[in-house]
Amino acid sequence: MKMTGAQALIKSLEMEQVEVVFGLPGGCILPAYDPILDSPIRHILVRHEQGAGHMAEGYAHVTGRPGVAMVTSGPAATNLVTPLCDAYMDSVPMVAITGQVSRPVIGTDGFQECDTVGITRSVTKHNELIMDPDEIPLMVRQAFHLATTGRPGPVLLDVPKDVLQADITWHWPSDEDLAASLPGYKPTLKGHPKMIKEAARLISESRRPVIYAGGGILRSRAAGALRELAERTGIPVVTTLMARGAFPDDHPLCLGMPGMHGNYTAVTAMQKSDLLIALGTRFDDRVTGKVTSFAPEAKVVHVDIDPAELGKIRRPDVPIVGDCRQVITEIVRALEGRDQADREEWRSRISGWQERFPLYYDPHVPGDALKPQYVMEQLRDCAPEGTILVSGVGQHQMWASQYWRFTEPYTWVNSGGLGTMGFSVPAAIGAKVGRPDRTVWAVDGDGCFQMTAQELVTAASERIPVKVAILNNAYLGMVRQWQEMFYEERYSEVYLSPDLPDYVKWAEAMGCAAFRVESPEEVQPVIEKANSIDDRPVVIDFRTDSREKVFPMVPAGFSNDDLVVHPSQKPGGERVVQ
Amino acid sequence: MAVSPTHQTLSVLVENRSGVLARVSGLFARRGFNIISLAVAPSDDERFSRINIVIDVEETSVEQITKQLFKLVNVVKITELHPSEAVERELLMATLAAGSDQRSSVIELVGVFEGRIVDVGPDALTVMLAGEPDRLDDFEELMRPYGITELQRTGRVALPKLDRQAPPRLRLTGKAS
Repeated sequence: MKMTGAQALIKSLEMEQVEVVFGLPGGCILPAYDPILDSPIRHILVRHEQGAGHMAEGYAHVTGRPGVAMVTSGPAATNLVTPLCDAYMDSVPMVAITGQVSRPVIGTDGFQECDTVGITRSVTKHNELIMDPDEIPLMVRQAFHLATTGRPGPVLLDVPKDVLQADITWHWPSDEDLAASLPGYKPTLKGHPKMIKEAARLISESRRPVIYAGGGILRSRAAGALRELAERTGIPVVTTLMARGAFPDDHPLCLGMPGMHGNYTAVTAMQKSDLLIALGTRFDDRVTGKVTSFAPEAKVVHVDIDPAELGKIRRPDVPIVGDCRQVITEIVRALEGRDQADREEWRSRISGWQERFPLYYDPHVPGDALKPQYVMEQLRDCAPEGTILVSGVGQHQMWASQYWRFTEPYTWVNSGGLGTMGFSVPAAIGAKVGRPDRTVWAVDGDGCFQMTAQELVTAASERIPVKVAILNNAYLGMVRQWQEMFYEERYSEVYLSPDLPDYVKWAEAMGCAAFRVESPEEVQPVIEKANSIDDRPVVIDFRTDSREKVFPMVPAGFSNDDLVVHPSQKPGGERVVQ
Repeated sequence: MAVSPTHQTLSVLVENRSGVLARVSGLFARRGFNIISLAVAPSDDERFSRINIVIDVEETSVEQITKQLFKLVNVVKITELHPSEAVERELLMATLAAGSDQRSSVIELVGVFEGRIVDVGPDALTVMLAGEPDRLDDFEELMRPYGITELQRTGRVALPKLDRQAPPRLRLTGKAS
């Protein structure tokens, strides 16, 4: 069958079961936008290319399928760099397609030319400039294969305009063609049997074990296997920021989030443990604090599909390369017939910490602005079952992770590794497109919201009814918190104003329903009203207290033993930083 | 006392596609790994090229470099060559401003090192030496007084050392005869 490169590109996307493409056309990608008209693939026209990238990520987070973003060359490609890096850091499967100037023009500084593959090389799992039109189907197959297998990640295809315009004979590559085209790519899925046995031995014998579950649990769809491992052994589980929802928060074995703003019990249990069972996680500095004093007495079993993560930060006693779900299942099998060590004392220590150091914030004082934690609690309590929570980056993100109660996987979407402000609005739109049956709440800060709010126009015009709660404290709150705590309250360039812009008018101008909430009594009724609106996006401007800080907190560079709890929680178990 | 070497050679087999060298060198830059020397050439199979990278193992672990390299989709195989288990060679070419009065001593020195004179001008000579990197260092040092006007050294190439003992089957044959 004869067709153009552009037709082959769109047909290849159809062959990969792509349902939706987030994008914005322009000069070099123009040829690909013609066959889109005849394709069953839904195209969502964004207002800024960064939005397309984060939407693709949000879609991938909640569906497990690769999100697709398609934009033109030059500035459009560079606008995609942040989402690509974000997806790379958080191992989000994503395929990006960028237009490129025609082959004879490449290298001549043509209009809207940039070295897209050069620029994105270090923020993609793989990228290719397609110089041969006949290779389009193979390159697309490769891209989806690479994005979704092994450690998932973003893959970019850069397609010159004349490659899209060329005539080709359609040929969809077979599995064998695909395998032969990637001689250096063979992810290890099955754990080494000897290591599995050794892991089972360490697990059975340890008296103070903690399961340290990371985002890899979600990527490998291992939540069920994780639960089985925890329940069979009675070992408590911490879920990192990337793994919230991978283990239910209401489970008796769940300790919640560890790390810089983790809860006291999760942080301390890891510090005092004698065995960390690290599953699909990478010992990020936000989890470990000062690495040399992180969980000093713990042996480590580390399972990851990416061999480079094993020993990158902490040398494991038992390294296991493999797919989390397969390896956990194998470990569970290896545990059969083994008695578990007595952990009664460990359990009681843990419940002691839980009782003594729950999450805490000071109650609202009449006349003051809203407590952001209270708003989070109300959003949580009013949320319809199965609600997906999306957040930006900063204080609101930490409160969202701390105060929400995650009961199922794939209901939490956030930018963990890169910490991309402005992530939440477009990611929420992508999530809603992927799961239209679910309520999707974006929790955002006022600083974050201003970075990507224009995508609410996309949401309104495409009828994607997401809901956005702005915790508006008129500050770049997390930076303000650091300046208060570590820079002697010298506030530098962090004030934003609560009224400029007027978030309600702005949201209404973008086709959203919008509300402002200033008193605690209004919080619940307005959230309920927002939950009932399903024909357009909703934005609520919650006026929150700028003095609120996120606690607990491990100051950057400090040991996790130096966790700072809320000032009102009695000292004794914690040490106060000098 | 044996001093542990501060370098190691990685022999990296990569797909012969455009941009692969940029991926490899970009990875070293991005992760803060140090390259001491680099040699790239086609392999015996036209689909693949071989990149020989000499790395500084004092600052970064070979294991982490190897693992990160292996994540590149176009990297097919990596062989770690420890200096004690590898035959390593480099090539040096130098142009010396050796006038007629010095020429004979240069030629003598080149002879001692088993190098070659590859070009001759009225008042300059170009010499060449292939050999172990240390030997090239010595040669360069001894040539310096004659006035080096240009000097180039290649990246290092290396192959694993062969087993000193003959394979068992051959040894048996030897006995029988």
